[in-house]
Amino acid sequence: MVLNKSWTALALTAAALASGCAALEGKPKPAPPIFVNEDPYPSTYVRYPGVPTVIRHATVFDGDGRRYEDGTVIFADGVVQAIGGPELASPAGAVEIDGTGKWVTPGIIDVHSHLGDYPSPGVDANSDGNEATSPVRPEVWAEHSVWPQDPGFSRALVNGGVTTLQILPGSANLFGGRSVVVKNVPARTAQGMKFPGAPYGLKMACGENPKRVYGSKGNMPQTRMGNIALARATWVKAQAYKRKWDKYYKNGGDMPERDLAMDTLKGVLEGKILVHNHCYRADEMANMIDMAKEFGYHITAFHHAVEAYKIADLLRDNDICAVMWADWYGFKMEAYDAIKENIPLVHNSGACAMVHSDDANGIQRLNQEVAKALADGRRAGINVPDEVAWEWLSRNPAKALGILDKTGTLASGKMADVVLWNGNPYSDYTRPERVWIDGAEMYDANDPKRRPVSDFELGQPGEGDVK
Amino acid sequence: MTRRSNPRRNGEGNQRSWWRGPTDFAPLDRGPPTPRRCASRSPSACRGGFIAALTLLFAAVPASAQTFAIAGGTVALGDGSQPIPNGMVVVRNGRIVAAGDIRMKLPAGTQVIDATGKWVTPGIVGGFTRLGLSEIDLSAEGSDDTTANGPFSAALDASTSINPLSEPIAVNRADGVTRALVVPNVGKSIFAGQGAVIDTGADMDPITRRRVFQFVELGETGKDKAGGSRSSAHVLFRNALREAAELGRYASPMRGAWGGAADERQRPVVRNPNESRLYGLDARRSDDVLLTRFDAAALVPVLQGRQYLLVHAERASDILQVLELKREFPSLRIVLVGASEGWTVADRIASARVPVIASAVNDLPASFEQLAATQSNVGRMLAAGVKVSIGMIDDTDTRNIFEERQYAGNLVALQRVPGATGVSWGEALAMITSKPAEMIGLGSEIGSLAPGRRADVVIWSGDPLEGASAAEQVFIDGVRQPLETHQTRLLERYRYLPRRDLPEAYRH
Repeated sequence: MVLNKSWTALALTAAALASGCAALEGKPKPAPPIFVNEDPYPSTYVRYPGVPTVIRHATVFDGDGRRYEDGTVIFADGVVQAIGGPELASPAGAVEIDGTGKWVTPGIIDVHSHLGDYPSPGVDANSDGNEATSPVRPEVWAEHSVWPQDPGFSRALVNGGVTTLQILPGSANLFGGRSVVVKNVPARTAQGMKFPGAPYGLKMACGENPKRVYGSKGNMPQTRMGNIALARATWVKAQAYKRKWDKYYKNGGDMPERDLAMDTLKGVLEGKILVHNHCYRADEMANMIDMAKEFGYHITAFHHAVEAYKIADLLRDNDICAVMWADWYGFKMEAYDAIKENIPLVHNSGACAMVHSDDANGIQRLNQEVAKALADGRRAGINVPDEVAWEWLSRNPAKALGILDKTGTLASGKMADVVLWNGNPYSDYTRPERVWIDGAEMYDANDPKRRPVSDFELGQPGEGDVK
Repeated sequence: MTRRSNPRRNGEGNQRSWWRGPTDFAPLDRGPPTPRRCASRSPSACRGGFIAALTLLFAAVPASAQTFAIAGGTVALGDGSQPIPNGMVVVRNGRIVAAGDIRMKLPAGTQVIDATGKWVTPGIVGGFTRLGLSEIDLSAEGSDDTTANGPFSAALDASTSINPLSEPIAVNRADGVTRALVVPNVGKSIFAGQGAVIDTGADMDPITRRRVFQFVELGETGKDKAGGSRSSAHVLFRNALREAAELGRYASPMRGAWGGAADERQRPVVRNPNESRLYGLDARRSDDVLLTRFDAAALVPVLQGRQYLLVHAERASDILQVLELKREFPSLRIVLVGASEGWTVADRIASARVPVIASAVNDLPASFEQLAATQSNVGRMLAAGVKVSIGMIDDTDTRNIFEERQYAGNLVALQRVPGATGVSWGEALAMITSKPAEMIGLGSEIGSLAPGRRADVVIWSGDPLEGASAAEQVFIDGVRQPLETHQTRLLERYRYLPRRDLPEAYRH
């Protein structure tokens, strides 16, 4: 009882003190923090219905380095059910497809596309990829530029076997804005294409583009050192912004003023937003790696990394992917040292390598681009098996996009993003025959009704034609 | 369909001497033997084949004049025919003597290159390129000669800009591109100037023929250059021909220095009728002229049909306007460039007998003049009787000419896509070898392995229409070419990264 009394007395004293302070200094108890919605434009994508499907007698690359001759792939309910040899039993009622002489692979993932934000037709009215009004624009989001009626999506699907792609802002800016990952399924809205659960990416750029775009206007950056200085100054601000919000989320009180640009950079510093860094030259990639360490973030991938082969060890040691072309070179100074063995050399060093298009035409032939790089590598003595090289087309892009747990390989339980090719996909003579996304058949070469036609093309010459 | 060999099969270096035949050589002045193609699909039916014999003259000759044969490979002639297994190519003095399913008695000591397991074709002829005009395309001032915004247009002669040592020439040579049509880009006018045909040889003489054609824009680009409408571009074009006609009428004779008869010693030696020197100040002009004298003079041979006119148009209606020009000026030797919507009016292009250098695989409505674009365009035009070749229009025209063979392979692929129109393997190869050459009057010189053609020959690791195949040996005018490039040197330097006793810069 004594104890109880004294506790009560203490409590009363404390209450009196508290109320006394409030009366004297006007300081209320801090309001609990309100958490900002980090997904205000959520995905509304819902997979389309499919039927249980079994493809037999095909050559199967699972995308994870395995190859099955006379392979069997089974998918139902939107996901891969099983992959293996002829011994696999079919589920009841499944559609059986004879894949003799054909190949089955995971759908291709293009980690670098501008479909939708630089759509066709490429007129000024549709030019929505670069917010080139300031070199620091992390506040813009590519999804707000994406025009879902871009006819390019359908070509990427039917000619390219592309089932997932990342659409990025352009590279005029040091901080270009957020990317969006989409399923290559036509929709009325960008939200309707958005890959559920895929993290955002931040497009960053180093090198020629930012310094050219702003230097020519007499603004910073005008040099590569200007690029780095401005980027560092921005990260300093982002760190301060993050500290402010961390404190608020911990202690509550007055909500700090929101800054959309800093929101994105805070997301990077928290590891929620993945950095996709346009960077050609080896020395510049090294600078970007040091900058990332200085400010405590991680670079997921260097895009257009034409000199990745010069620092493949550095990329491997820092767990950074290199995103490359097979044979583009010399179109600008920082691409002058491109070599055709870049992808296999990076792969061979143990780093994460992949191909990308950055192009509405190239995205239709990424399998052929890998075929070229693979052959160039073999001629240089780097013998990567065909089935392993498919990692450059689906597994590694999925890893770089943070969706490898969902797609990118044909493993049980993963999304049934599947391409049936009418031959060896490393041949120029081969095309997709059928494509499934989340187990729904989105393309069938033999069925003109299983071929998307965008709103833009309706009533125009060539509507619904093979493309 | 097509035959494919395994690109990984390497059987290099074996000298073979398997041919048998009579030792009495036919004299050369009978003309080279006709190549025989095997009509049969069965290789065994062909093997007994035709035996040709000829005299091979030997003397102290430069490298280009040597005689050699390439034997044992799959030979494709580039003329549209299908590939020939176990064929042969014989080269003498930089020209093709014979190629195909032939067995020829060669003098002892003749070099024979074993191409067993390889493919042998004419070198790739880039159909519409800017090869050799640009080292780097962006922000590398001084290295890009593709576009001139100076006072002249039609008079510009692209051959004067070609740098045979530019890296894109070396890179394309290393990938089996041996010739290219080089087309200047338009500056301020609808006329870009005169294009050249070049070889990619590692020497300082890149020009096969200069001023082969004039290039004019009569689609969207032409509209922009003409001030904003297609009608303006067409009036500008007709006016230009009028000014050329006027000059042409008053071109000669040359006058002497004091108004007397021309002194032959003063008469300039004009090797090419396009040269503006033909049209001196005495050639009268109207007051209302828009072109400079040089530009008008450059259009005289176009108007007279002595120089080809490449016209870029994509939209179906623009194409028909170009065909209309052909009716209005029958002497024009028009070659259509682009023609993305050509398939929709293919019968009319065919009946006008206008050949087309088309984009192979552009299938996007990239602009409002290409709404009907499809990869089947080439196949459909061909099926309608149009003569078609492939070019790098609105593509990586300064540097990735080597992709034309991948594009050609893609056209073959369309044969197996329901509803699409593809082309046969032989036709596809012809579109990147003989067809572009024929369209500008050089078919008897380059682009195929027919007797008498320049010996531009490539030995490939496999089927050349597969991007994965590589050029292993490249001959231009019979001269074996180096295949080293900036890129191959970089590969050597960085193939292995571990630190050594000296920095990478010492690896050379």
